Amino acid sequence: MAATERHIRRRRERPEDVAPRPRVVGEPVAGAVVDFRSVSKKYPSGDLGLEDATFAVQPGEFVFLVGSTGSGKSTIMRLLIKEIEPSYGAIAVAGRDLAGITRKKIPYYRRNLGVVFQDFKLLPSRTVYDNVAYALQVTGGTRRDVRDKVPDILRLTGLSTKLHSYPDQLSGGEQQRVSVARAFVNHPPLLLADEPTGNLDPDTSVGIMQLLYRINRTGTTVVVATHDKTMVDRMRRRVIEVSRGRIVRDEAGGGYDTTAEFGALWREAHDDEAGA
Amino acid sequence: MRLGFFLREALRALRRNAVPSFAAMATVLVTVLVLGVFIPVVQATTAGANEIRAKVLADVYLKPGATAEDIQRVRQVIERETPGVGTVRFVSKEQAYAEEKKRNPEAYDLLGANPLPDTFRVTPDRPDDIVKVRDALAPVAPSGARSVIDPAIDEVRNREEDTDKILSATRVVKLTMGLLAGLLALASILLIANTIRLSLYARRREVEVMKLVGATDWFIRWPFVIEGILLGALGGLAAVVLLGVVKVSLVDPLAEDFALIAAPETMNFALLIAVLLGASVGVSAVGSGLSLRRFLRV
Repeated sequence: MAATERHIRRRRERPEDVAPRPRVVGEPVAGAVVDFRSVSKKYPSGDLGLEDATFAVQPGEFVFLVGSTGSGKSTIMRLLIKEIEPSYGAIAVAGRDLAGITRKKIPYYRRNLGVVFQDFKLLPSRTVYDNVAYALQVTGGTRRDVRDKVPDILRLTGLSTKLHSYPDQLSGGEQQRVSVARAFVNHPPLLLADEPTGNLDPDTSVGIMQLLYRINRTGTTVVVATHDKTMVDRMRRRVIEVSRGRIVRDEAGGGYDTTAEFGALWREAHDDEAGA
Repeated sequence: MRLGFFLREALRALRRNAVPSFAAMATVLVTVLVLGVFIPVVQATTAGANEIRAKVLADVYLKPGATAEDIQRVRQVIERETPGVGTVRFVSKEQAYAEEKKRNPEAYDLLGANPLPDTFRVTPDRPDDIVKVRDALAPVAPSGARSVIDPAIDEVRNREEDTDKILSATRVVKLTMGLLAGLLALASILLIANTIRLSLYARRREVEVMKLVGATDWFIRWPFVIEGILLGALGGLAAVVLLGVVKVSLVDPLAEDFALIAAPETMNFALLIAVLLGASVGVSAVGSGLSLRRFLRV
């Protein structure tokens, strides 16, 4: 269903894709992994997905995108994987202007991203091992690459005992771990997670967040869209809040709400880091 | 490595979608079977008609009471005064009777007397001149009826009348068969495309995920195309085996008795197989490749 809907949406969008790109305001931020400059997205239905969003993410950062449902978090994510095109403004990832990537080149662009979704998006007909291996095979990885890298990454994500299980034999948390493993097996410079804990219970969510944090510590930039208040408050990372398509807050080491009292939580977060 | 990977992927898909795959294969089988029967039949009919066409003759039948003198005079008229005449052969009523009796002894025994007239068989220089010859020997009167130029001639019958009949009959046969074959081929292409589309629809999420991981269109497409090729090849092969069995057990023994089946211009069986297999594989491959297009737009 999703594919069909998207197909229809895309077809309606086409005239807009062909239209000349509007003049861009602002200079690109040097060295940024993600660089949004005055980005707006208006959906063909008339809904405003994002309005004049400008922000940059530096290498190695861990960023939370927060906001209620429909606020524009997912729009930012979908713009980043170039599933949709901005109506105005420019997006650059690792110094590369996304507008310059043709439809044919999108797959190659996506190989530099790791993407984790709320609904895991695993291939149901493949085992855990094959799901992760597929991400390597897609990029032309040889059997040797697969043999070398897949067991490693699955050990890192704590799935060594589930290699030959199928996704539907796993719990939600385990499936999300597979999804993270798949996103990270190519060691992309940027990892995007769209509501990675949306379908999981709080305890499992902590595990997934810790996993993402550990990946961040290897130098990978991580952007997590979430409305999981507890998690954001506990981790005290940079928070970008989106509301009705506008960026209303961009705060380093912030909580989910501006009013969050952070003393106790800050300490708790540091305990977690020590534990991890 | 790449080919091996795609092949393994295709085989995995075939195993996992056994029922739709079998349906697609059966469709290919039926189509190829029908085509395999139609092509030789159409060809044999055409060949038969062409053969008859090459043997155009005009028969000049003399009146029953024609004397030797009459015969001599008519021969002169035909040989000297008629344009476009090639060779002339005289068949006396006795010879004709003997020939016919040999072909169908019982009927002629029943008849007792000889009903056949003396005949001149006139072959024109060129098959197309047959009309000219006929018009010269039996000109068309203004009233529309034909008269004859010599009182001893009873009737001039143009074998082209028979040929025309045969030709128009074979044209009807060819047309119906071609139409049927075309409809069947169309139906099976639609069926194959639909079957593949269904199996793709079941896997559309999978395709979506593949695209998100960074698979190129062709990386996703190749396994599907190979799957289509395998389906087409399997269905085509099964049909060809069936055709072969039918040919060896039924057609070959009959060929000795029926001229139509033994017609020399029928397509070579090996070539026929090659054409059928090529068509089935091509249709399936193109079908699956095309059906995938709309699912690749993620």
